[in-house]
Amino acid sequence: MSIPADRHYTKEHEWVILQEDVATVGVTAYAAEELGDVVYVDLPEVGAQLTAGEPCGEIESTKSVSELYAPVSGEVQSVNEAVTDNPEMVNEDPYDAGWLFTVKVSGTGDFLDAEAYGELTTN
Amino acid sequence: MTQAALNSSPLQPVHLEAGARMTDFAGWSMPLRYTSDKAEHHAVRRHAGMFDLSHMGQIEVSGPQAADALDVSLVSAVSRLKIGRARYTMLVAPDGGILDDLIVYRLADQEFLVVANAVNRLTVLDEITRRGEGFQAAVVDRTPHRALIAVQGPEAARILGPLLPIQLDQVRYYSATLTEIDRVPVLLARTGYTGEDGFELSLPADSAIGVWHTIQAAGGADLHLCGLAARDSLRLEAGMPLYGQELGPGITPYEAGMGRLVHGDRRFVGAAALAERAAEGPRSHLVGLTGTGRRAARQGYRVLRDGDPVGTITSGALSPTLDHPIALARLDRRYPPGQMLQVDVRGNLQPMEVVDLPFYRRPD
Repeated sequence: MSIPADRHYTKEHEWVILQEDVATVGVTAYAAEELGDVVYVDLPEVGAQLTAGEPCGEIESTKSVSELYAPVSGEVQSVNEAVTDNPEMVNEDPYDAGWLFTVKVSGTGDFLDAEAYGELTTN
Repeated sequence: MTQAALNSSPLQPVHLEAGARMTDFAGWSMPLRYTSDKAEHHAVRRHAGMFDLSHMGQIEVSGPQAADALDVSLVSAVSRLKIGRARYTMLVAPDGGILDDLIVYRLADQEFLVVANAVNRLTVLDEITRRGEGFQAAVVDRTPHRALIAVQGPEAARILGPLLPIQLDQVRYYSATLTEIDRVPVLLARTGYTGEDGFELSLPADSAIGVWHTIQAAGGADLHLCGLAARDSLRLEAGMPLYGQELGPGITPYEAGMGRLVHGDRRFVGAAALAERAAEGPRSHLVGLTGTGRRAARQGYRVLRDGDPVGTITSGALSPTLDHPIALARLDRRYPPGQMLQVDVRGNLQPMEVVDLPFYRRPD
């Protein structure tokens, strides 16, 4: 599967688009495929303070539960309520309509670029 | 990597070609899903699904005293089975603990097929061999040379019927018959693990790919290829136990709510322990729980009543058919249907209600 080159990635299989000081966060197609059918998404609340690398939510599939890790530090600005209502959007369109939340960034964690992330998920 | 050490099904090339996501299940590389767990699950409830179950143990017991060898080995008296009939039963340890749950098919007066869980295949083989010593019976593991294909769902009979020289309405639930598909000899049984009408076909491994393609072509768009993920959610909705989760060496058939399988007053390994347990009553109870919302209670989560721990979840999922959480739980006492309990879902106490099983029953 192709990995968009327009964004950053984490080892926790999240993607981040940084526009000025606002980060949009989602999970990768690889993560969605690994999870199977996503049935429940628990996102941080608007206004919550996140710390990069710390758990900030859960994503649950028919078979398993995975924690979401904050890829950046900062305050949650918005969450994608369409995804909490229709969790299957994470499988259908992980890189676009299936985005999870946005953060006003005060600090970032370690990012990978698309190429490095691709290597991580093919090994 | 231990990939090379995994057993593979004779149908492995078909799965890879179909783009299946494979998983390691009890030492076998088997399809977890082809497309989506939910789509495969719904296909079996609404139309039909085909599963490769070639990982399951197929053990043949034959000879003049085959029935006696099985009778001393298992909790049920399979000598009472008529030819062409099948029985769900269990192998237990001398202390009554469950070593496997299995299905025994009587193929002929002196010939039986035992279908065991993959994870317990060698245990079943060893135990029946050892317990049957002294009887004129041969116990042979046919698994490496056989395949097992399940076709399950309301359309299963319509799809398979035209491929067979027999009338399927003469094959009753828990019956089996020797027949053929594409001139390949198959043992066709009306059994399954999904809660739907359906069939399981045991056939020679080297003919499996051809028969698989024949059934697939006959089913067309109504027949989905289904993986083990859908099999698990289907069996859970049907309230059926899974070895390693609901069943295991720590519990007897009575704790599993399966006391009816035990035919007492006869000689078999575990008889004394089971008689004692029958008299004193089960030490725990397997119950169904349903919840609201979308957060599934999963294996190992604690069950509480008014804050006190009363048991553990053994299997749980968001039911694809019912669209609410369902779970099986092992509890310290029997609670009546309607009893409200709480499940600790990763720190959140979710209310769940004790219900009668199964969660799902197919429409007549």
